[in-house]
Amino acid sequence: MTSMQTAENADIAIDIDNLSIHFGSGEDLVKAVDQVSFKIPAKQSFGLVGESGSGKSTILRALAGLNTHCGGQMLLAGEALQNERSKAFYKKVQMVFQDPYASLHPRHTIDKILAEPLAIHGLDNAERRISEVMEQVALPTKFRFRYPHQLSGGQRQRVAIARALILEPKILLLDEPTSALDVSIQAEILNLLNRLRDELSLTYLLVSHDLGVVSYMCEQIAVMQHGKLVELLEVDEHGESHAQHPYTVQLNLASKGYDREVIGQFIDHD
Amino acid sequence: MTELKSWLLAENPDSRAQASLGRAYLGWRRFFCNPLAMIGFVIVTALLLMAIFAPYIAPEGITSGLTGAELKEHRFQPPSAEHWFGTDGQANDIFSRIVMGSRITLIIVGIVIFTAPILGFIIGTVSGYFGGWIDVVLMRITDVFLAFPKLVLALALAAALGRGLESAIFAIAITSWPAYARLARAETLTIRKTDYLAAARLQGAGHWRLISGHIMPLCLSSLIVRVTLDMAGIILTAAGLGFLGLGAQPPTPEWGAMIAEGRDYILSYWWLATFPGLAIFVVALGFNFLGDGLRDVLDPKSGGQH
Repeated sequence: MTSMQTAENADIAIDIDNLSIHFGSGEDLVKAVDQVSFKIPAKQSFGLVGESGSGKSTILRALAGLNTHCGGQMLLAGEALQNERSKAFYKKVQMVFQDPYASLHPRHTIDKILAEPLAIHGLDNAERRISEVMEQVALPTKFRFRYPHQLSGGQRQRVAIARALILEPKILLLDEPTSALDVSIQAEILNLLNRLRDELSLTYLLVSHDLGVVSYMCEQIAVMQHGKLVELLEVDEHGESHAQHPYTVQLNLASKGYDREVIGQFIDHD
Repeated sequence: MTELKSWLLAENPDSRAQASLGRAYLGWRRFFCNPLAMIGFVIVTALLLMAIFAPYIAPEGITSGLTGAELKEHRFQPPSAEHWFGTDGQANDIFSRIVMGSRITLIIVGIVIFTAPILGFIIGTVSGYFGGWIDVVLMRITDVFLAFPKLVLALALAAALGRGLESAIFAIAITSWPAYARLARAETLTIRKTDYLAAARLQGAGHWRLISGHIMPLCLSSLIVRVTLDMAGIILTAAGLGFLGLGAQPPTPEWGAMIAEGRDYILSYWWLATFPGLAIFVVALGFNFLGDGLRDVLDPKSGGQH
């Protein structure tokens, strides 16, 4: 029994157990995340969807150590995370931010952005690692000494992905990695992320408001609303998730684009 | 020349040095195209050169050393070919004194800009970055220093340390850092929640790396601009202290003190106070122009392709 449990735990990359995150206190108390639990198996891609303010990004930021949590537990490969993260944690878990226009330091060249994590962790062979990671994300070498403002949105997001990958993490937290990009670039970045997951056997936790993006990328989907987990879905090989909950069904419709007739039938799920 | 230019402006630099030199060149070009900034630059450079080569430029020393009948004959001479700016009550050549005085002005400016802004910068960024009780403590200390009037503090220091240039510089430095701390804190607050700082934190960067490597470079440009613009104020305060007899003491050719000496004779011998006054005016103007030009160059959103 115990041996079976350990074997099972070893395959679970991230285990969110009864997690609650509250902001403010007294009358202003906001339950951003309310008793949410899910498990992400290693090398899987797990999607977290919901509208703005549903608490999905808050979970991601809590996992990254940018927010503190109030209740429940977050386990990484079976180990509970403390409020203070160690350097070793950041070597294992990296994050890609939503807006590539805001997530790159405006005064640092691409070279400096990529060299910094190596300097922090005291890794050698900086030259080789930088050119390797730029190749992985298909970023031409000529961009290496440019500043972020000299790159397009898609190229910037590639830099952000490269920065996350240069420490060779096992888990990538993706916070709406494509929502700030235009549609044609979105597909490029999603394909890049899919390819990287195969090549580097990464585990993804992808947050998005777009059910279409998530079902394209993920094997499992958790739907959130008002800080609560509404539905857990498995995605089949056709990319269909067979949603049951009315909120998820509506989210599914919304991801198919703006349609006047469909929007007219929407109801408020409060 | 054209080769160098295309190397500097290369869209895809080959090395770290080329990227930063190219950026510096773009800044310099923008600066060069701004006529007021160039006027300021020329004035400040001239002041620097004048201070460095003061003993070679000044035709006579700080004091004439004349006494008795000779002193009576040579003092209060109006501007002439021999004495360009005339002579004062001790028969000293005013032009020579102004040239030598540029050193004192630069010493004051130099000491103040290498103490107050650096102290204020560190306190401001640390305060803004950490927030919480560190911010409260540091900002209340800043408020206390901000409440000191410069001249009154200088009076107190002159009483405690004795009159002299040192107490004037000390008084200026100690009353001017809070402004920089406030500025640096405000800038830090605008960027402390940004994604690129969160990203750096997620790389495992420590506090000092975040402050010195990420926050400080972004706050530096506005600080440089502010310091350059304040330079005129610092020179004026130093001159004001000299005028009140709290700064440099005669026969030190401090410009403010020279005006004070000339005050008694201003109706009969106008050149005594006029020329040091003009010197202060020109230098203060120069620093202001330079500061305005630097603001255009160092604007955080500048540095694009053209």
